Amino acid sequence: MAALRSSSSLLLGAAVSRPALRIAAASPVAVRGMAQLADGATHSSTAAGSQTGAEKQPNLKTFQVYRWNPDTTTEKPRMQSYTLDLNKTGPMVLDALIRIKNELDPTLTFRRSCREGICGSCAMNINGTNTLACLCRIPAEDKAEMKIYPLPHTYVVKDLVPDLTQFYKQYKSIKPYLQRETPAPDGKEYRQSKADRRKLDGLYECILCACCSTSCPSYWWNSEEYLGPAILLQSYRWLADSRDEKTAERRDALNNSMSLYRCHTILNCTRTCPKGLNPGLAIAQIKKEMAF
Amino acid sequence: MRLSGLQKEVLGLYRQCLRECRKKPQATRQHFQVFARSEFDKNIKVDKRDFAAIEFLLRKGRRQLEIYSSPGVKDIR
Repeated sequence: MAALRSSSSLLLGAAVSRPALRIAAASPVAVRGMAQLADGATHSSTAAGSQTGAEKQPNLKTFQVYRWNPDTTTEKPRMQSYTLDLNKTGPMVLDALIRIKNELDPTLTFRRSCREGICGSCAMNINGTNTLACLCRIPAEDKAEMKIYPLPHTYVVKDLVPDLTQFYKQYKSIKPYLQRETPAPDGKEYRQSKADRRKLDGLYECILCACCSTSCPSYWWNSEEYLGPAILLQSYRWLADSRDEKTAERRDALNNSMSLYRCHTILNCTRTCPKGLNPGLAIAQIKKEMAF
Repeated sequence: MRLSGLQKEVLGLYRQCLRECRKKPQATRQHFQVFARSEFDKNIKVDKRDFAAIEFLLRKGRRQLEIYSSPGVKDIR
């Protein structure tokens, strides 16, 4: 349902991140960047060096990355600076991180998988905003340093890798699967009208990257009991599903002061969602359903 | 000597580890106890005012305990 996405995020999602992805796949600059990455290993590790001669002015950019190693427990976390030549790097922050890891510092640790915003592994805090590194462009004109931190208010496993155990435990607690006793009338599939299916648009796209939950101040202070926007969005996805028969039980499970009602409509979740979804609205829908 | 809250937590965790050891089979119980002791000994030199490090180690220890205390784990080397 289009109404479930905030107009601003939709605009953002449509105008920035989607074409950005396409450019990443198609533009010759990006392809060249990849080629450079591939043969970068054979060259020296001076990523900023002028390997291609004087054909282009090097476009240097500094990345400050949060570093912390669990093996040296007594050492404090620190910021480490890496300088890259953007002419030889792909357009996204994840490209830069991969290049740093390949050529400058193999000890840098971060999660990544699909590099196209579908897996949600590379969620991190970039310049103060929780987002997916693979969907976040490196601002080319801006010469300022980029600061990259792990997701805020999570325990850090190493460098940019957060410990999401609690998040997954909460996801498990809402029973995120179809609960149904009665068999399908034709014995084959559980059918659904187009209107019912449309209710799930804007909900099923969530990839559980935890960007929204870790941006929510209420979740920071009550992460033990408050479920957080991502999990509540998923909760609503199952409440709204016309095929699910345990709607009343699901609602009962949320009917306490902590699980749902710690949401104070701060709406950081909606602002930060890298997929342009609106967890704030989904939570409001649950609250509305519970009120009547 | 009066112990700080954090010190009590560390001791509590160690006692919990020993208690979990008692649920292990008689033959390998000793291995678990030695292992728990060695894990604590590894970080014996951490400064008692280094809260961040101790809290991290506590979390790590609890996670380890949770894994090793499952009944499927029968021996440890």
